[in-house]
Amino acid sequence: MKYETVIGLEIHAQLSTRSKMFCTCATSFGEKPNLNICPVCSGHPGVLPTLNKLAVEYAVKTALALNCKVNHKSVFARKNYFYPDLPKGYQISQYDEPLAVNGWVEIVLSDGSKKKIGVTRVHMEEDAGKNIHNDKTSLVDLNRAGVPLVEIVSEPDLRTPEEASQYFKKLKTILEYIEVCDCNMEEGNLRCDANISLREQGAKKMGTKVEIKNLNSFRFLEKALSYEVQHQEKALSTGEKIIQETKLFDTTSNTTKSMRQKEGSDDYRYFPEPDLIPLLVVDALIKKNKELLPELPDAKRERFISQYGLSFYDGDILTSYKDLADYYEELCKLVKDPKLCSNWMQTEVLRSLNENKIEIKDFSLTPPMLSELLVMLKGGVINQSTAKDVFNEMLSTKKSAKTIVDKKGLSQIQDEGAIEKIVDEVLAGAEGQVKQYKEGKTNVMGFIVGQVMKKSNGKANPSIVNKILKKKLGEGSDL
Amino acid sequence: MIVDVLRSSIPDIAKMLRGKKISCRELTNVFLKRIKDSTKLNAFITVMEKESVSRSEAIDKEGIKNSDDILKGVPVSLKDIFLVEGVRNTCASKILENYVAPYDATVTKRLKDRGAVVLGKTNMDEFAMGSSNENSFFGPVLNPWDNKKVAGGSSGGSAVAVSAGLSQISFGTDTGGSVRLPASYNGILALRPTYGRVSRYGMVAFSSSLDQAGPMARNVDDLAIAYDAVSGVDHKDSTTSKKGPSNVYEHLIKNMAGKEKTFSRCIGIPRHLIEKGVDPEVASSMDEVIAALKKLGFKFKDIELPHAKYALDVYYIISPAEASSNLSRFDGVRYGYRSKGYKDLDGLYKSSRREGFGDEVKRRIMLGTFVLSAGYYDAYFAKAARVRTLIKQDFEKAYEGCDVILLPTAPTTAFKIGEKTDDPLTMYLNDIFTIPANLASLPSLAFPSGQNKAGMPIGMQLTGRHFDEETLFSVAWMLQKERPEWFNRVSVK
Repeated sequence: MKYETVIGLEIHAQLSTRSKMFCTCATSFGEKPNLNICPVCSGHPGVLPTLNKLAVEYAVKTALALNCKVNHKSVFARKNYFYPDLPKGYQISQYDEPLAVNGWVEIVLSDGSKKKIGVTRVHMEEDAGKNIHNDKTSLVDLNRAGVPLVEIVSEPDLRTPEEASQYFKKLKTILEYIEVCDCNMEEGNLRCDANISLREQGAKKMGTKVEIKNLNSFRFLEKALSYEVQHQEKALSTGEKIIQETKLFDTTSNTTKSMRQKEGSDDYRYFPEPDLIPLLVVDALIKKNKELLPELPDAKRERFISQYGLSFYDGDILTSYKDLADYYEELCKLVKDPKLCSNWMQTEVLRSLNENKIEIKDFSLTPPMLSELLVMLKGGVINQSTAKDVFNEMLSTKKSAKTIVDKKGLSQIQDEGAIEKIVDEVLAGAEGQVKQYKEGKTNVMGFIVGQVMKKSNGKANPSIVNKILKKKLGEGSDL
Repeated sequence: MIVDVLRSSIPDIAKMLRGKKISCRELTNVFLKRIKDSTKLNAFITVMEKESVSRSEAIDKEGIKNSDDILKGVPVSLKDIFLVEGVRNTCASKILENYVAPYDATVTKRLKDRGAVVLGKTNMDEFAMGSSNENSFFGPVLNPWDNKKVAGGSSGGSAVAVSAGLSQISFGTDTGGSVRLPASYNGILALRPTYGRVSRYGMVAFSSSLDQAGPMARNVDDLAIAYDAVSGVDHKDSTTSKKGPSNVYEHLIKNMAGKEKTFSRCIGIPRHLIEKGVDPEVASSMDEVIAALKKLGFKFKDIELPHAKYALDVYYIISPAEASSNLSRFDGVRYGYRSKGYKDLDGLYKSSRREGFGDEVKRRIMLGTFVLSAGYYDAYFAKAARVRTLIKQDFEKAYEGCDVILLPTAPTTAFKIGEKTDDPLTMYLNDIFTIPANLASLPSLAFPSGQNKAGMPIGMQLTGRHFDEETLFSVAWMLQKERPEWFNRVSVK
């Protein structure tokens, strides 16, 4: 029996507002426990929520970037359940009237084909706090309670763990582009729950789904889903029934483990939040946020391909982060050689970022600094290997390319007369090789070039050396 | 001097304070002493003796100028549901027995800003759930007119405090009649403002879509001053209307005083609601009120509120539903009562809530949880919300033909303590006339209309259009002129 995998993702993104969703407490991460709390977000009696306007704008921006229809009226609802990290005993969320619906995101599969993934809905909700368990006691930290989130729910359009991971990555890229979420997955401000079920190939009816909670890396998402696919395939083929349950991914064993089993669906007793009036999003706010949207990753990639003559692959990598794309464009403007810039970005620059685990915005070489180096390379002042050495020295000394090249006398000898003089000297001392060359052993040319470079301390412009040698040794030469 | 103070209105007191006939400290002492002498009424849960004395001394030191707010130096009390920073706030529940408020409610803050002296926190039904004030962890409040009878609820402590002269005015909350009913049982006035007119911030929530804070007083002037002091938009409560503070007292002084004859309105009577179940003495008191109003030139019209008969049912679905969610925060985790006997998280929740809440509160939490549950939501909560809309529409239609609706506040006068405690359904019937205004978010003013043969106070209520408190006050003002013996009564021998 062949099975089809059906996956849908629910992604929670923390909106990067400075204050919480319903009070003025700070949202800063890593503070001492219960420092960023007040009566409102710690659920004292009598408090009422007041909606953070910027959070609404960020959520609207998110919805628009995901091609959603923003509802003019949406309603906050209470999701009721007891847990110590939930101070009010309910979470303020949105239920049957969410902020936005019916969007889509395009992903690119490994074979290069594109696929549109439906976005069912985008809604706003507040985050819960955190429980910390010691040996005998449990403690509650409410710093995160009330931090604004958007929940982005996909259609069950994903068919493989790889697609799921591509979709998650794409969402991250978009959220970073529109600057509404820091997307720091280690700090938990971008999290993912996955729903997965298998059904017989061609079947219409969905299989029983399993929810895997809190997958906070692309790798874990893919691993967890891959494991679950195998696990369910095996179960189904042996006639075992899949139980609807919530699971957690165990990163040490790379398996998913049951957290709780669901009988039907949880009863959260949703009802309209009476402390907040319905959220009305007027056309002007939608228009304003539409105008605030930057060029989004797909559009930017297509433009890079046509404007800079890049391959799809190069365009995709250079537009994977907005800052990286901006850096590239600034560099191109200064160097005026898109291909050269693209190659350097993808080799030297990205290597350095990865090695130092930093982002492009923290990179010590600005586009003007790097452009100075690339302009010298492009103009033949230095050669490729010198350029790499200078690049590394720039990183460690923070000196400009020109300073390093000048100080070390690294610039290439461009003067044809001077190079000819060296060539003549070399040829004079290499009569044997010249003879061999003339007899047809053209591979000795490499040796001769090497000698010339050595004599010039590696500074002779290789293309001029080649040109002169060709002239002197080439057919019809009377040497 | 004591008698002087007891029969005085806020404007009288303001004059005495400004004329240095009495200091704020002396005035405060008069009330504190009366509170002490009346402890058997059980009107207060927390008396803020130290705070009020030092506050009154500070006011005396500052002095009271003519230009100062009329409330400066006036002793007030608050139902133990309005948070006062640094003072315990129990909501008459064991679960909050030792909870100290970390901030001021907006009502509290506005009163403090105007210079009022807060004497203490009054007794109430636990979490404002009740009609008799017998559901208090601190014991029932006694009716000062007959100590064997209930004070009415849920703002019973506040009503008794005002009626017995333990504070000049008081503030209660009205979710289904909780300021009007005890006002009626105690011979005083109370206003339930239009929903959204007074901030709910810092007022412990019972049923968020129905709760409103309301003033209680012995005369129309005081009630107007009290309402003006706390009404108006509050950015901390998104459900407040955008209107600024009300200006009713000024309206009464400028537009009504001496010009009563030019004021004429049409009063609607929903006869079909009072045909059955109304005590004959209450019914004849209503006739007396109608006669007085006719004499004053008011016109009358019979109106229909066809869906009002469902009001009680709707109320006992919506309010417990919201309450079940609002009271979830009392879980023994962060503050309040935590049971000692628990083994795990589930046990912590269960025993803390089982031991911390009283029977009526538990009854309503269970009811509310049930009506919101999957499979029952549409049959109960959603349907109740639709009927609520129909009730609102009934009133809208009625106000096309009249300006104000007159009804008794309660079908009977105060009943005996313990008489209805075993029968929640009979108890719930006390609120049958008050609840429709809450469901329709309308303003409603309860006023005294004399007493029955046994000397127990009877009360009527005027319900008006949205945000038209002014008309309610105007009518009450004229009645106060016409029948002064109904007003300003103090239940002290």
